[in-house]
Amino acid sequence: MKYLSEFRDGSIARRLADEIHRVVTRPWAIMEVCGGQTHSIMRNGIDQLLPPSIELIHGPGCPVCVTPLEMIDRALAIAAQPGVIFTSFGDMLRVPGSTRDLFRVKSEGGDVRIVYSPLDAVALARQHPDRQVVFFGIGFETTAPANAMAVHLARREGLRNFSMLVSHVLVPPAIDAIMRAPNNRVQAFLAAGHVCSVMGTWQYPSLAAQHRVPIVVTGFEPLDVLEGIRRAVRHLEAGEHVVDNAYERVVTVEGNRPAQSLLDEVFEVTDRVWRGIGTIPQSGWSLREAYRDFDAVSRFDVAGIRTSESTLCRAGDVLRGVIKPNACAAFGKACTPRTPLGATMVSSEGACAAYYNYGRFATLEAARA
Amino acid sequence: MTPPAGSHIDLERWSCPLPLSDYPAIVMGHGGGGTLSADLVDHLFRPAFANAALDTLSDSAVLARPGGRVAVSTDSFVVKPHLFPGGSIGSLAVNGTVNDLAMSGAIPRYLTAGFILEEGFSVATLAAIVGDMAAAARAAGVIVVTGDTKVVERGHGDGIYINTAGLGDVPPGVQIAPQRAAPRDVILVSGPVGDHGMAIMSVREGLEFDSAIESDCAPLNGLVQSMLAVAPDLHVLRDPTRGGLASALNEIARQAGVGMVIEEDAVPVRPAVRSACELLGLDPFFVANEGKLVAIVPPSQADACLAAMRAHPLGTASARIGLVTDRHPAMVVARTGLGANRVVTMQIGEQLPRIC
Repeated sequence: MKYLSEFRDGSIARRLADEIHRVVTRPWAIMEVCGGQTHSIMRNGIDQLLPPSIELIHGPGCPVCVTPLEMIDRALAIAAQPGVIFTSFGDMLRVPGSTRDLFRVKSEGGDVRIVYSPLDAVALARQHPDRQVVFFGIGFETTAPANAMAVHLARREGLRNFSMLVSHVLVPPAIDAIMRAPNNRVQAFLAAGHVCSVMGTWQYPSLAAQHRVPIVVTGFEPLDVLEGIRRAVRHLEAGEHVVDNAYERVVTVEGNRPAQSLLDEVFEVTDRVWRGIGTIPQSGWSLREAYRDFDAVSRFDVAGIRTSESTLCRAGDVLRGVIKPNACAAFGKACTPRTPLGATMVSSEGACAAYYNYGRFATLEAARA
Repeated sequence: MTPPAGSHIDLERWSCPLPLSDYPAIVMGHGGGGTLSADLVDHLFRPAFANAALDTLSDSAVLARPGGRVAVSTDSFVVKPHLFPGGSIGSLAVNGTVNDLAMSGAIPRYLTAGFILEEGFSVATLAAIVGDMAAAARAAGVIVVTGDTKVVERGHGDGIYINTAGLGDVPPGVQIAPQRAAPRDVILVSGPVGDHGMAIMSVREGLEFDSAIESDCAPLNGLVQSMLAVAPDLHVLRDPTRGGLASALNEIARQAGVGMVIEEDAVPVRPAVRSACELLGLDPFFVANEGKLVAIVPPSQADACLAAMRAHPLGTASARIGLVTDRHPAMVVARTGLGANRVVTMQIGEQLPRIC
């Protein structure tokens, strides 16, 4: 399979891991920013190939995990309204709001549909002129161009029955916020390759210099991730605070210019609440004035819905690498994959769910060793 | 509802000895017990399923049985779309129950068929589906001996639901049960996983990718009998339908209180299925199969069993994928392509496509 099997080769993976073992001289904490990278690490067991002195901190780059509870409650309120077709990426459906999730709304009669692209939601709006079609526009810079295109098309076609619940988040302000946190432990970043394929890498050199931290643009296949870690360790050991592109087959310095100009036309930068972390200034996108008619928050009058997070759940501390999941009092007790309190327990590669599933095995194996 | 153009189902092949009443679509009267109901039975179901037990038209079928153990199973079928590449809700309704019987080593003999039809459902599509059921029953060597039809008002059903129950004879000496999985047993799978689920996904509303993925829908009773011929002490059989291979293995591990270690790269997955799963963010280990089985076999009979599977037309791509262990009870662990370990969990609900 072109561009897949080549980047999953076990013997090359072991060579990369061997070199990491050879180069490392002391403990390092490296954060992979993107949920897709966390998935790859968990799916392939990449962390098990690393020396124990290398700690991978699973960052806040899972859009499902960081979408604020308040926004999910707004989604639930909109989806429950008669006449609405509420569309979303699949894995948002099981994320708990304060009292229920989208599956529950669906079972109670809400028309909730999984789509694979926001353009499918636009097509639904064309097919159902008598219904209000809402798309839950979440995600990082990667999903944003398609969402911008959906709103752009809806406006051009005059689709008055389409709107978007926008909760977009941006990577560079998150890296900045993590580095500024007083209890920060992160010493290097694997930047999200697909975000950079859209945005380029030009935003990162100032971050690397300001926070004296190496940032390695990294892909998602096992060899990509291992190569990203290898370069991060090399830069850490050499004391280099550079931006290094380890995903050159996809990422350029300037990124995807047409996508960036579409994003700039449709969205403007805004302060954004991150679930479990709080408000990060200038860390998200919302619709510009010219597109405000397509904002589901105003169309459905849900701005008044304000929700605070569970006081038990410490997903924010987990996402910033401040604590390990099992240091949370709710872990494995009030909070399990069947009864998740926070989004990090929802998706199987969420830091807490992964820890819950793999931890039992690791404990049993350690007991035998 | 009419079948999509290019469907494999040949509407022409179904013929009716007497014309059905003029209705091209199901009306409430088809479930009313009057002449419309009788029309359906006489001109659609009976010609398709023709056999002596059905032809008595009694309230129940009366079957002569030899002594010995009988396996019984039931399953309901609600799949959409009704017609899909490689099968239909009709072939699925027969093969699903036949396979459930086969997984206890039984030789399936008889099926019942219950239809819940929605007012307005196309009679031609119903005929095609019933034709598929009849063909699948012939292929599996079972007969449909009794049935039932109900009609629900438009909007109260999804076109057609089918329930089948089945009865089969368990040959003497066969002892197949999940609790028999024992440490050092070998885990075999009868071919590439994920075909059925991805075939359904590929034709569902909103998903358009050009692919030649066909459902693996097939009766496994013949394959099972050829396995039992060389591996009479076969411990466990399971058809990994909903929830896929991962759920089937986890269920067995829990029921037997054993662990399992799977070599991830040894599990066959068609390239087209793998690509479609990559694209959608799904894991083929969790995708449904309708013509595959997992076998857990004592080590002394494993090679013979695998050879018999590969010699059968429905098992040519069979593979040895792992071992049962007494380590980590109730836990399935996959050795990844990189040589690391991954816990293969049971999915909580439906598998959801990931955003990233």
